Amino acid sequence: MTASFILLAALTTAGTAAAMGLRNAVHCVLALTLGFAGVAMLYLQLGAQFVGFTQILVYVGAVAILAVFAIMMTHNDKPMDLPDSHSAWVAGCIVAVAVFAVLARAILSSTPALPVQPQPAATVQQIGDALMHRFVLPLEIMGLLLTAALIGAVVIAMDRREEMK
Amino acid sequence: MSSLQSYLILSSLLFSIGLAGALTRRNAILVLIGIELMLNAANLNFIAFWRYGPNPEALTGIMFTIFSISIAAAEAAVGLSIILAAYRHSRTTNLDQMNSLKG
Repeated sequence: MTASFILLAALTTAGTAAAMGLRNAVHCVLALTLGFAGVAMLYLQLGAQFVGFTQILVYVGAVAILAVFAIMMTHNDKPMDLPDSHSAWVAGCIVAVAVFAVLARAILSSTPALPVQPQPAATVQQIGDALMHRFVLPLEIMGLLLTAALIGAVVIAMDRREEMK
Repeated sequence: MSSLQSYLILSSLLFSIGLAGALTRRNAILVLIGIELMLNAANLNFIAFWRYGPNPEALTGIMFTIFSISIAAAEAAVGLSIILAAYRHSRTTNLDQMNSLKG
């Protein structure tokens, strides 16, 4: 574990924990962008430059902004975000801690089977070659899926009250 | 603890934070964000295994992550538009108050 990993891990954990713990929903999304940026920097540290910049573009640039817009459009003055019962909050946290304990125990008790040797980082050209040759069918399906999601999101969110009049 | 294990521990921590948020928050948008965090933890696992596993030149982990990010973006767009449509109907985003399917 290097110092940069510890720093990035602390940043990511703090950002995501604040995103899930703060009262104000807008503050939550702002903390979330910090967590997403931390994950993107972890990708960069692992040598996946393309995925790191994609993470910044898609999550920090699009998903967080979309969430902020949704929060603004559904804003009302009622305090609505607190859990109704204290027991539900406690139960959720217990489930999460139990899941983490099981995962961490499994990870720590495992032995690394592979010798860790320094690998060359993937260049964007390699990724483009792979996308255009080996993974061209998934790429096309993904384009279809994104188009369908775009049209579907517009249709679902459209205000139909004017049609009904 | 090897570096692969430290990445896996971090990603399971991210997953647990997202799970805790999805289970405890009552705002539908924040529940969706918790699910996005869990997807991010899975992506971090893919990248870590790609980096420290055999045959990194096959780029399988990177391809999985790229497609997974695209699916997460589509999911966020459709999910938030469903939340908007439900808000227009029931005037709330609190999941405990969205308790009717029709009417």
